Amino acid sequence: MKRRINKWSEIDWITIVLYLLIVVLGWVSIYSAVYNEEHDKIFDLSQRYGKQMILIFGALVIALLVVVTDSRFYSSFAYVIYAIVILLLIVVLLIGKEIHGAKSWFEFGPLRLQPAEFAKVGTAMALARYVSSKSFNIKNSKNVFNVIVIILIPAIFIYVQPDTGSALVYFAFILVLYREGLSGGILLIGILMMILFVLTLIIDKMVIIIALMVVGYLVFLIIDRNIKRFLIAALIYIGLSGTFFGLKEFAGLGLSVYFILILSLIISGFIYSFFIYFYRIRKAVLIYMLMLGSIIFTFTVNYAFDNILKPYQQKRINILLGMDSDPYGSGYNVNQSIIAIGSGGFSGKGFLKGTQTKFEFVPEQSTDFIFCTVGEEWGFLGTSLIIILFTILLLRILVLAERQRSGFCRIFGYSVFAILLFHFVVNIGMTIGLLPVIGIPLPFMSYGGSSLWTFTILLFVFLRLDISRLEYLI
Amino acid sequence: MKNIYENRKYVFGALLFLVVFIFIGKLLSLQVLDKSYRSTANRNVLRYIIRYPARGLIYDRTGKLLVYNEAVYDLMVSPNLVEEFDTSVFCDILEITHKDVDKRLQNAKEYSYYTSSPFLKQVSSETYAVLQEKLYQFPGFFVQPRPIRKYNKNVAGHALGYVGEVDEYTIENNPFYKMGDYIGISGIEKAYEEVLRGEKGVNVYMVDVHNRIKGSYQDGKKDRSAIVGTNIISTLDIDLQEYGEKLMVNKIGSIVAIEPSTGEILALVSSPTYDPSSLLGRGRSKVFKTLSSDTLEPLFNRPLMATYPPGSTFKLVNGLIGLQEKVIFRQTEFYCYGGYNSGSKHVSCHYHETPLNLPEAIQNSCNAYFCNVFRRILDNPVYPSVREGYNSWRDHVLSFGFGQKLESDFSYKVKGFVPMTSYYDRYYGKTGWSSLTVLSLAIGQGELGITPLQMANMTATIANHGYYFAPHIVKGIGGETVIDERFYSKHITTIDSVYFPIIINGMDMAVNGPPGSGSTARIARINDITVCGKTGTAENPHGEDHSIFVAFAPKDNPKIALSVYVENGGFGATYAAPIASLMVEKYLKRKIIRQWLENYILETDLIHSEKEN
Ligand SMILES: [Zn+2]
Repeated sequence: MKRRINKWSEIDWITIVLYLLIVVLGWVSIYSAVYNEEHDKIFDLSQRYGKQMILIFGALVIALLVVVTDSRFYSSFAYVIYAIVILLLIVVLLIGKEIHGAKSWFEFGPLRLQPAEFAKVGTAMALARYVSSKSFNIKNSKNVFNVIVIILIPAIFIYVQPDTGSALVYFAFILVLYREGLSGGILLIGILMMILFVLTLIIDKMVIIIALMVVGYLVFLIIDRNIKRFLIAALIYIGLSGTFFGLKEFAGLGLSVYFILILSLIISGFIYSFFIYFYRIRKAVLIYMLMLGSIIFTFTVNYAFDNILKPYQQKRINILLGMDSDPYGSGYNVNQSIIAIGSGGFSGKGFLKGTQTKFEFVPEQSTDFIFCTVGEEWGFLGTSLIIILFTILLLRILVLAERQRSGFCRIFGYSVFAILLFHFVVNIGMTIGLLPVIGIPLPFMSYGGSSLWTFTILLFVFLRLDISRLEYLI
Repeated sequence: MKNIYENRKYVFGALLFLVVFIFIGKLLSLQVLDKSYRSTANRNVLRYIIRYPARGLIYDRTGKLLVYNEAVYDLMVSPNLVEEFDTSVFCDILEITHKDVDKRLQNAKEYSYYTSSPFLKQVSSETYAVLQEKLYQFPGFFVQPRPIRKYNKNVAGHALGYVGEVDEYTIENNPFYKMGDYIGISGIEKAYEEVLRGEKGVNVYMVDVHNRIKGSYQDGKKDRSAIVGTNIISTLDIDLQEYGEKLMVNKIGSIVAIEPSTGEILALVSSPTYDPSSLLGRGRSKVFKTLSSDTLEPLFNRPLMATYPPGSTFKLVNGLIGLQEKVIFRQTEFYCYGGYNSGSKHVSCHYHETPLNLPEAIQNSCNAYFCNVFRRILDNPVYPSVREGYNSWRDHVLSFGFGQKLESDFSYKVKGFVPMTSYYDRYYGKTGWSSLTVLSLAIGQGELGITPLQMANMTATIANHGYYFAPHIVKGIGGETVIDERFYSKHITTIDSVYFPIIINGMDMAVNGPPGSGSTARIARINDITVCGKTGTAENPHGEDHSIFVAFAPKDNPKIALSVYVENGGFGATYAAPIASLMVEKYLKRKIIRQWLENYILETDLIHSEKEN
């Protein structure tokens, strides 16, 4: 049963106002980024701001269409839409236009569309549909596996294009799963692994391993509160290490130092934890496993970094970690971006006065690095405003998502939140040098139709679903 | 239906705020706390094109233009903006090799990666015209115009000096100069650097990432136009200078001519000399090398830097001191039989009538006479010891400007040497020496070291009856004919002006005495000008003695005083006197009547004949 309501009085105008504000600020920034004296008419279609103007009108039309569509359409056709976007991702690999070495684009005359963007909509719908279904249980590993498949299929196709940045966005969906009951521990371990990953690349692995061992043993000592057993374990460890070293030195065994340290650790740790376990402190085993796992992870990361990552990826990570300081090497973009933002100062250089912007020192300034224009011309006041607007928008989406009575609507809302958050964090983090250069746009602001339309669709579908909570009593 | 995981929304909220907190913090530090990014951004965008001012022009005392400027172009490079370019086209235009390009780029990088420095200096206007059209193909390069010096006549190299690139030491110590700037290195160019250099201007442009100029920065508010250097009127008489250099061809030595009433230097000839224009332009360093390694030392500024014993010209000073100390009078006579003898000491003299009074002794340049005078000065019973007597003598000598730097406007000058008593004390002990020991000072030999400039100044002092103005080379700066105050202050000698006519009388007789009267410098005589002069011969332990002559003219109201040194020229009368006489004639009459005398000097070659020996 359906109630008749006035959509335009029930729709969440706060979100729409925030959306419009950000879109307009985005357009102003694009105007500034590509401005030159010869083309100063805002409707000049040969210029990006002219095109973006058209794209914005297009986005408003799409938003209108999305809102007038029946809300049941989205849940009913979730899998169909998902299938279509996957199909598009496959087709683009076959007949797509290759730009900058990636087959990511469909070209229709003057319009270029990037299916990787639209795939987010399909994936969010499919995810919402599947997770909200009555048979779904987050504790059921088969169900979790299916969810992962839904997320990974588009991610893998996009990765193959190759467009690593857009593929990474799909990891944002894990946040949605956390809201739906995924164990926090998994999330936490994921974060810990990230920290260890970074540390491994910065610090010598020997230092990390020794630090891990020391920490591990100290944790044992604290849990066990028995200095005698601790000393015995330490003695075993030292004895074993000594024996191995002796074998290496005198018997000519080709053992590496790492091997010796770790073998000794495994054996002594095993004996130690066995003792502790024997005295009924089960947690010790868990910590022992974690420590061992961390050490193995450290080696894996090192191996992966040296053997799996491509040189340009290694370089990007090195730059991020401050290990590559050549300002005219591959850190050029970030450097110029930081200079642009930093030189804006507190109140900026003024509209159209940004020299970094005007004289094209920052590459990709109207797309991925649009935040630079704001930083340079409007200063700290401008950047803070953008961050505050995004924060309010994200909080609003969070509030709206929580007020949904249907699982589908809530999960879709959280998907919008997660994707927006990911783009917001990664894009701005990249322009201010906190995160590596992953080429993903700033939602609603960066030049480009696919991104603008995708985020418009995501947002307005969610707003449409939000109204539906009054139409249907589920 | 309450979702059991609803509380997790707070985790999302917290996560969002954590991100916002980090972002705002980072932006605060980037944009508000760290002020360095603004200058980094400016470095990206702003291109400072230095506008070099034209250096001030230099005129001679008659208003003839001596030194002016011509535009050349420096090709500059900013290494950070250089991209791949077509090296062969580049090399063809500039006429340099690929290797050269690499080396110059490397040098520029070593100087500074971000700021521009000269890549190739002094590109001609023709090359510039070709280069200008193709410059867009070579990002990182730009052209900077710069004026360089030009000479109307290639004379007076030592007096005018030259300009060259500023050295590292100066750059470090004087913020006015930047690498590649030019600075006066010698002569007037150095002495009046601050007047001549003007003020550099700057045009600030904005360039885009491709190094294309996009317009003036802040509508040209930060631009400063160059201020042209101030013109200078030199005291030189360029015709006289040129004539002096001509006379000195193939001779080593110097001519210094001074206007006694002002101290203005009319001519400053150092021989051998060099062409000042050869020290400009791209061949400069090569020429400089050749000149520096020349054994005749053409770069050595002899009038200011060389010291010689003054020889008999010094008798003038000793005569004046004798008169002032009242140990002799005009009519005091001494006998001379082939020289002066006292104990083991013997100073020989040439043949002349005897006895002679003071003017006659100058006319004949009698050694014995001045040995007597000198001993009377030192052994004057007024003083308790010879050391006091010597000190009194020395004070008189110093008042003529000897043994000290004359306050001229040249930055290079030497003090010369007039020994103090301690000098002799060191050799002979405090009581171990007497007037006899230092007797060679009586006739200007021995330890005395005097520069040609000091000698000309002495002559001017005598012409002025006892005072001089510090000799200087510049008489007007800008439109003003006023120069530093120190050139207007009279330096008065310790000798009473009443004694000077006696000595001048002797100098007159030395030149104009009747034939057979023993005049030593009759060759310097000019028919209708009373030239007063004195010959001298500086003993040279390394070869032929140096020929010296000092003179001023006319006798009444003197217009020119000069000293002429001809190294290895023998007696003063041989070469130095005729040269001085010709200089006087040239200056006072503007033309030479005595062609035979001129030819005699022009044909004299003391350099090559000496080498042949
Ligand atoms: Zn004699």
